[in-house]
Amino acid sequence: MTDNEHRLHLLEQMLRIRRFEERCAQLYQAEKIRGFLHLYIGEEAVATGVMEVLEPDDAIVATYREHGHALARGLDPGLIMAEMFGKVEGCSRGRGGSMHLFDASTRFYGGNAIVGGGLPLAVGLALADKLSHRPRVTAVFFGEGAVAEGEFHESMNLAALWDLPVLFCCENNLYAMGTALERSESQTQLTLKAASYEMPAWEVDGMDVEAVAEAARKAAESVRAGGGPHFLELRTYRFRAHSMFDPELYRARDEVEEWKHRDPIEQFRERLIGEGVLDDEAWGEIEDRVHEEVDRAVALADAGTWEPVESLTRFVYSEVAP
Amino acid sequence: MIDFVLPSLGADMDEAMLVAWLVEPGDHVEYGQIIAEVETDKGIIEIECWHDGVIEELLRRPGPEKLSVGTPLARISVDEMEVVPRPSEPRLPSAPPEQRPPRFPTQPPPPIRHLALTLGVDIEKITGTGANGFVTREDVRRAARKSAPRVEERPLGKGRAKASPLARARADELGVDLESVTASRADGMIVEADVESVGAAVTVPEDKVAAMRKAITRSMSRSKREIPHYYLATRIDMDRALTWLEDVNSELPITKRVLPTVLLLKATARAVRDVPGLNGHWLDEGFRPSEPVHLGVAISLREGGLVAPAIHDADTLELGELMEHLRDLVTRARSWRLRGSEMSDPTITVTNLGDRGVDTAFPVIIPPQVAMVGFGKIVEEVVAVEGKPAVHSVVHATLAADHRVTDGHTGGLFLTALDRLLQQPEGL
Amino acid sequence: MSDVIAPPETITYREAIREAMSEAMRRDDRVFLMGEDVGRYGGCYAVSKGMLEEFGPERVRDTPLSESAFVGAGIGAALGGMRPIVEVMTVNFSLLALDQVVNTAAVYQHMSGGQFNVPVVIRMATGAGRQLAAQHSHSLEGWYAHVPGLRVLAPGTIEDARGMLAPALDDPDPVIIFEHVGLYNLQGELPEVDGSVDITTAQIRRVGQDISVVTYGGSLPKAIDAARELDELGISAEVLDLRVLRPLDKEAILRTVSSTHRVVIVDEGWKTGGISAEIAAIIAEEAVWELDAPIERVCTAEVPIPYARHMEQAALPQVPTIVAAARRLVGR
Repeated sequence: MTDNEHRLHLLEQMLRIRRFEERCAQLYQAEKIRGFLHLYIGEEAVATGVMEVLEPDDAIVATYREHGHALARGLDPGLIMAEMFGKVEGCSRGRGGSMHLFDASTRFYGGNAIVGGGLPLAVGLALADKLSHRPRVTAVFFGEGAVAEGEFHESMNLAALWDLPVLFCCENNLYAMGTALERSESQTQLTLKAASYEMPAWEVDGMDVEAVAEAARKAAESVRAGGGPHFLELRTYRFRAHSMFDPELYRARDEVEEWKHRDPIEQFRERLIGEGVLDDEAWGEIEDRVHEEVDRAVALADAGTWEPVESLTRFVYSEVAP
Repeated sequence: MIDFVLPSLGADMDEAMLVAWLVEPGDHVEYGQIIAEVETDKGIIEIECWHDGVIEELLRRPGPEKLSVGTPLARISVDEMEVVPRPSEPRLPSAPPEQRPPRFPTQPPPPIRHLALTLGVDIEKITGTGANGFVTREDVRRAARKSAPRVEERPLGKGRAKASPLARARADELGVDLESVTASRADGMIVEADVESVGAAVTVPEDKVAAMRKAITRSMSRSKREIPHYYLATRIDMDRALTWLEDVNSELPITKRVLPTVLLLKATARAVRDVPGLNGHWLDEGFRPSEPVHLGVAISLREGGLVAPAIHDADTLELGELMEHLRDLVTRARSWRLRGSEMSDPTITVTNLGDRGVDTAFPVIIPPQVAMVGFGKIVEEVVAVEGKPAVHSVVHATLAADHRVTDGHTGGLFLTALDRLLQQPEGL
Repeated sequence: MSDVIAPPETITYREAIREAMSEAMRRDDRVFLMGEDVGRYGGCYAVSKGMLEEFGPERVRDTPLSESAFVGAGIGAALGGMRPIVEVMTVNFSLLALDQVVNTAAVYQHMSGGQFNVPVVIRMATGAGRQLAAQHSHSLEGWYAHVPGLRVLAPGTIEDARGMLAPALDDPDPVIIFEHVGLYNLQGELPEVDGSVDITTAQIRRVGQDISVVTYGGSLPKAIDAARELDELGISAEVLDLRVLRPLDKEAILRTVSSTHRVVIVDEGWKTGGISAEIAAIIAEEAVWELDAPIERVCTAEVPIPYARHMEQAALPQVPTIVAAARRLVGR
């Protein structure tokens, strides 16, 4: 892949996430998708950029706002949509839903919906790699809200203390549900928290997919080379509400509009057009391709089947000895 | 043309008020455009339209009325046929607004009806306090509180006899009324054993002793009237058996020791298996032999009288088990707690009058049985051993048998078998 | 061939666990031990004493006081192919890691639709009786037994202390082992040196006819002593050791009740919402017609555990209270 082809690929990946999630919102309102639905719209550059630099046997631990990560990691959109429909064909057999997407084949360890809960898990995955002398990276995503959790500090300390290959990716979208960063942290400069654990840390423009990919590449290389854990603060913004049922009482409409001017997809598209890498026709092709893919995902989910209730109690304990 | 309906924005959203329209009829709308604001329990939320098209008609005006999820709000003529499946609920009628019934709603929405159903309240009987007489959740809950009995009005464990579940099940089985059972425990709880005692007593009339006398009279008169008895007797050397038993008992704790009587019972039960014609019943059609040996044991009662309940399958029991059964039977017989089946089941009976100092017993057969075995006490007697006198322990065994079924020859075989078995006690 | 017969080996409960862990680590490179003060200090209850010398600091790994992180790391390492033994010093501190146990270990298998299993073993001390007061005397194994996806073990004998670890490590799912602090010094003989035991069934420790005492863990010796006293009063008590608190061996419970028709449940947890309540409910649901007396429970008084010795002892199940409960049921 040439550099420009690669850039177009990044654009398409972000658009895939955007269109997929817009369809999710629509299907939610039509009651095809239920439970909680947290959309990643506005933050696509983060997952796209980081995922780009990871190897197939690296591990990913994500949060409940993880459709983007799953898509960027290469999970089949149809299996993700089927999961949200609650169908047995879903990537978690309909047992997880929107918040719990899992895939063993890409080492995608969820879909963790307790804020901060995925961090210790990532430390453990990295510990296993270190004890087994495998040059792998475990990338863990979490919001800035998790920084207030004890599990964040315990995990940062443990990873640094034991020199474990963890890439901590803090997606700072400024709001923990409805609580603004300055209303939840005495120290709002998050990289300082990493510094206190002697961990290399960078602030990155999370609305610029190339900046994210660049920073992630540096950090992941260092982690893989035995440089211990690294911390990235990816500054981003979610354009939509926290979840579907959220009147957004906690932030000003102007602020949202302001950030929308920095839409990661729009910005990058304009940059590519300006540099002559992309034209309207190519853009149209990307749009069509993504649209078709999302249609196919919905069709697959629609055609999916419901797991028989008789198997309700399966997957509580392992069925096959390893 | 499609209906734009009030969308469901969360699993906990059932209804909302329409606050404002951001579009007018004739406006062109785009995929993802926000076209209205609704107020939910959480606050005002913007709702978007997922179609490209033109607003044809607004079906609802902003106002305080609570609209259920799925209520059509507008009609949109779409540019192209987009597929937005909405399968779950039937569509609401889309009559023009002016033709709608003037009062809304005539029926509370499903969530309210569901709540009423859950709480067991008849929703038709509730007067609504909401706008337009609308029945609210609180109305339903209030009605539910009114109709439910207060906890303190419920009885507290005084309603019925205090019996254990096992006792209750056993009483049911025996047809015993728990109210008639007296608890043997100080705390008044009726347990299984209490029910058993009444269960047995049910077969014995009020004046137990007199009734028993009558029963014995009836049974024994019938026996002497109907059964042509013959009697055979023999003297059995008990030296070997007693020596063996002493050995066995020396190994056992006192409570588990076996009495010589048990040897005699076991030998009898085994001997009738070898000699046909003694174990069974004389019925209208004649003798019906019995495969199992249910050995009746005559037990005299303190109040006078006698019962002869059965030890079931006595020929198959180990000596220790037989001992336990005997002890249990004597205990229960003397407290009038025998079960009906034990009374009617024996296929042959043994009477042992040894402990009353009797040398030899001459039993009267209990109809419809056809034989009875009697033992006297075990005594030391002079016997000839290899031509010389010796002192041995002996017991006098008697057989009373029904001549309609067997002859003296059979009886003789039985006594011989009995003797043989007692000479090999280890085989018992 | 030697004609010398070795005397049966006497061993403590503590040593039995240590032997089991050392053996597992010698046999399988994936096994390692991690927890607070398991290495240099030798374990708060000296269970891992000497193991650091044999296995080194990578495999006998001291952790900071970060229960949530190191329990979660154990879960993550298990997902990453290792077979970690995580020692949480006591059940009291495990509350700081409850999120990882309940929200991660127990549910991963299910919410991933069967893709990920978590073969971690988490050991912890539990129970009262040593005047450690309210914050160090909890018996919360019933909480863990509430959660589907976990296997919860409570070794009450030396044999189980020695034998339960190997099958727990072989179990593809998370296993929690509760070691009662009062048992660490228990001394006894091992019937078989390397005998691993089953971790699915309850066991009858003493046969009896008149009443069943259902118990586990630290209350087991008390129940057996009570049964001996009852014997002298002419009451024959059966003692059922649950061993596995989840999934419960329902059949064993129903069988003993069906044979004696009377039951006393002894549990060092509190009654309300506890494991004793669950057992009573099982009996009520499935064997109520076998009962010839109400169910009795001898549990810890509904108070935080007090410090003063006489008060603490009064709060806990004791031999006389078990005997008294049994006598009430038999009516003697």
